[in-house]
Amino acid sequence: MTDLSASLPVAKPKNSILTGSDQMRRRNAAEFRFRLYGLAAISVSMAVLAIMLWTIFSDGVSAFKQAKISFPLTFSSEILDPAGNGDRAEMTKVTTVGYARLLTTAFRAELQARGISTEGLSDKEINDMLSKHAPGVLRAEVLGNTAILDTTRTVEVLAAGRIDGYLKGRVTRETAERDGQVTPGMLDLADRLTEAGMLRSAFNFDFLTNSDASDQRPEAAGLGVAILGSAYMMLLVVLICVPVGVATSIYLEEFAPKNRLTDVIEVNISNLAAVPSIVFGILGLAVFINFAKFPQSSPLVGALVLSLMTLPTIIIATRAAIRAVPPSIRDAALGVGASKMQTVFHHVLPLAAPGILTGTILGLASALGETAPLLLIGMVAYVDNYPSAPIEGFLDPATALPVQVYSWASRSDPAFIERSSGAIIVLLGFLVVMNVTAIILRRKFERRW
Amino acid sequence: MTILLLVTVVLVIALAGFVLGRARAISRASGNVRVLHSLPGYYGWHAALMAALPAFAVMLLWLLIQPLVVERQIAAFFPEAAVADETAFTLTMADVRRVAGGLDAAVLAGLVTADQAATLSVDSTDVRALLGQAGVALGAQVTPETLEAAKEYRGLVAFGAFGRMIAVIAAALVGLAYALSVTRPDFWARNRVEAVMLGVLVTASSIAILTTVGIIWSMFSESLNFFRQYPATEFFFGLTWNPQFRGGSDLGFIPLLWGTLYITVVSMIVAVPLGLFTAIYLAEYASPAARSIIKPLIEVIAGIPTVVFGLFALVTVGPFLRDYFAQPFGFGNSGSSVMTAGLVIGILNIPFISSLADDIMNAVPQSLRDGSYGLGATKSETIRQVVLPAALPGIVGAVLLAASRAIGETMIVTMGAGAAAKLDLNPFEAMTTMTVKIVGQLTGDTDFNSPETLVAFALGITLFVITLGLNIFALYIVRKYREQYE
Repeated sequence: MTDLSASLPVAKPKNSILTGSDQMRRRNAAEFRFRLYGLAAISVSMAVLAIMLWTIFSDGVSAFKQAKISFPLTFSSEILDPAGNGDRAEMTKVTTVGYARLLTTAFRAELQARGISTEGLSDKEINDMLSKHAPGVLRAEVLGNTAILDTTRTVEVLAAGRIDGYLKGRVTRETAERDGQVTPGMLDLADRLTEAGMLRSAFNFDFLTNSDASDQRPEAAGLGVAILGSAYMMLLVVLICVPVGVATSIYLEEFAPKNRLTDVIEVNISNLAAVPSIVFGILGLAVFINFAKFPQSSPLVGALVLSLMTLPTIIIATRAAIRAVPPSIRDAALGVGASKMQTVFHHVLPLAAPGILTGTILGLASALGETAPLLLIGMVAYVDNYPSAPIEGFLDPATALPVQVYSWASRSDPAFIERSSGAIIVLLGFLVVMNVTAIILRRKFERRW
Repeated sequence: MTILLLVTVVLVIALAGFVLGRARAISRASGNVRVLHSLPGYYGWHAALMAALPAFAVMLLWLLIQPLVVERQIAAFFPEAAVADETAFTLTMADVRRVAGGLDAAVLAGLVTADQAATLSVDSTDVRALLGQAGVALGAQVTPETLEAAKEYRGLVAFGAFGRMIAVIAAALVGLAYALSVTRPDFWARNRVEAVMLGVLVTASSIAILTTVGIIWSMFSESLNFFRQYPATEFFFGLTWNPQFRGGSDLGFIPLLWGTLYITVVSMIVAVPLGLFTAIYLAEYASPAARSIIKPLIEVIAGIPTVVFGLFALVTVGPFLRDYFAQPFGFGNSGSSVMTAGLVIGILNIPFISSLADDIMNAVPQSLRDGSYGLGATKSETIRQVVLPAALPGIVGAVLLAASRAIGETMIVTMGAGAAAKLDLNPFEAMTTMTVKIVGQLTGDTDFNSPETLVAFALGITLFVITLGLNIFALYIVRKYREQYE
């Protein structure tokens, strides 16, 4: 028997895990490819995110610098105070046209005094070096302080938007040829002014404080009204959302009986979280503006709309925080004789507070970036004046940061794309601060039971 | 007395109520708080609530009713024909209010005394010039009826404000007196305060329902208004969208639906593979350390406002696609296109799909994977043949939710897709969506009686129904199949 078995040819295994086979190589290659697809998908997403942030930052950073021209100016009372009695009411009759003449005359005089050649340039071209915004600023300054009449000092005024663009590389001699607002000669003059130290680029605080400016004056457009409007809205959203959201969550988690009505409320909240934001805009327009007659473009209406939109998010986060408080806490409180209401308000709510706070900040961050519903309630309108202080200010027309991004982006002048990207940098700055705060709070107060 | 001041007064009374109620409970118990049914603070709260709640209820009722009463009184000044026409009367009332406001401003500015303002007449004074001086510009001369009505209006409003003040403060004081009179040691103050608190909680919860009711009511009533002026069949089956502000517009819905769906499909072609492979890598391959870095980075995309993506589409993606794809291959030369908007929405939806799919794949039990490995399958075979089929219903749900978001997305399409309503197959052509047209028809000065404006509400309710349907369907699928493993 042993002979027989020994003489039988040993069956060679077709394949073994110890030796490589073609099939195994194919399967391993497929495995490798599959893993690579995953990595590729992540890299593509990351790359797009990086490209997006990079383009926006590279476009927008220059909005924080602004070209300014400085020259000495005499606040001549002959032009500014024709009546000669220093009476402010009389002086308001001098319009910005008068101030523009004063500015351009002083500017041309300084060019002559410094011996800067203006050959081949018409007076209008030289005047156009200065921003159309400058006379208005000067007028406000003079009317605010009539004592500076007949004094001389060096003023620093905004250069025209195209000159600013030239210093930032957006405007070139080729584009200037085709441009109605600037000529190549003006760019040459800008070069000479830079050499003479009259024209320089400096950090642009005005971008954060100025109000919006018209199409013709991109150099003067700022985010002040938008930032204030967004701040008003966020304040109101907190005041509306936190009490209502916390009350709803407490009711649903701690008191609601298991019945039809509770089910309806729960389904409602989860569905509202998925309704497109623009639908809330339509709601705001129909209910708050057409029906309740609240003023258009006001932060109050914006805040009401954003609150309705953010409430589901806040409620979901708050309920999770309340659910995370262990039942033993409730049992202990009830055991020593606290009522249900006392248990919730004295024990559960304080323990859930960090979670509620984090959820609220994240909800606010999403509300801060929301644009579409605000367009419908008229916040896209051009707002020149700051809203007044609260409480009346809540009813004044204002605009919001993301809406300002949109309205600048839809203007034709490329200088506004720079402003728009700059506004995004400010907006993202606020969002980063809010999210980082939320993360820090979560880390600091996170509690494992 | 302004409303703000009145609210302050009521709050002060309530605060006094708290102090008095608490003190009275303690004195009734002769200093021995243990004989009280509730803690002393609850007696204070009870008194404060009893003072504030009726006062605010009276104030609210007064604010709602007063304008109706005043309007009826003012109507007596105008001929019946003017009152019967509702829109005309609304305008007349606005005029009256404006003139009355102007008179108030004039008195405030010291241009006229209060007595003079009450006896003004159009014959002796130029009322329009007077009000202009006070900073209230009027479009036309003031008619004698309007001036008389305005004077009456001022009187009624002043009287109303006085009455309101008396009624509200009286309500607060009566409530306070009642609360103090029932404050005895055996009074169950805590139970009553808690009942009020529970009422507040229930009211807050019903806001969610009110919001939904508000959405449906506001869109439904205006849509009905629209369909009265424009036939529903022409809206739902019309093939051209061409609003004219002089009337005679074509408001066909099909081109908008086509644009919306086309962009959604393009965005899903981008988002589904990228999102799914991201989720697979995160759930199955990534080490915990890598996961803790990659996952938040992917979620950064979801935290960026959509208007930022819109600007990216407008400034970078649109011109890039135009210069390197559309123009060289002769697909047209439009920067804003279906492709632009679709790609960018796809990117926006990647984190949405990846985090949902990631959760779902993590919920697939490890035993299924172990069984597959035991049979000799490689990791990718396990994922393809075991994990993905097990997670499929959830993934389908996630994809549907993402599609519903793509349909409702507004800023990216407004800035990246264009405004021309077209029925076209070329993805490099500018097309438009329902959301773009809602923004377009409702922004700026709008007339809420023309079909061109009202169509936005019909579009809105259609959008609401589509997205809600998709969401409910997606949640149904997710819920139905998730329970398998629990």
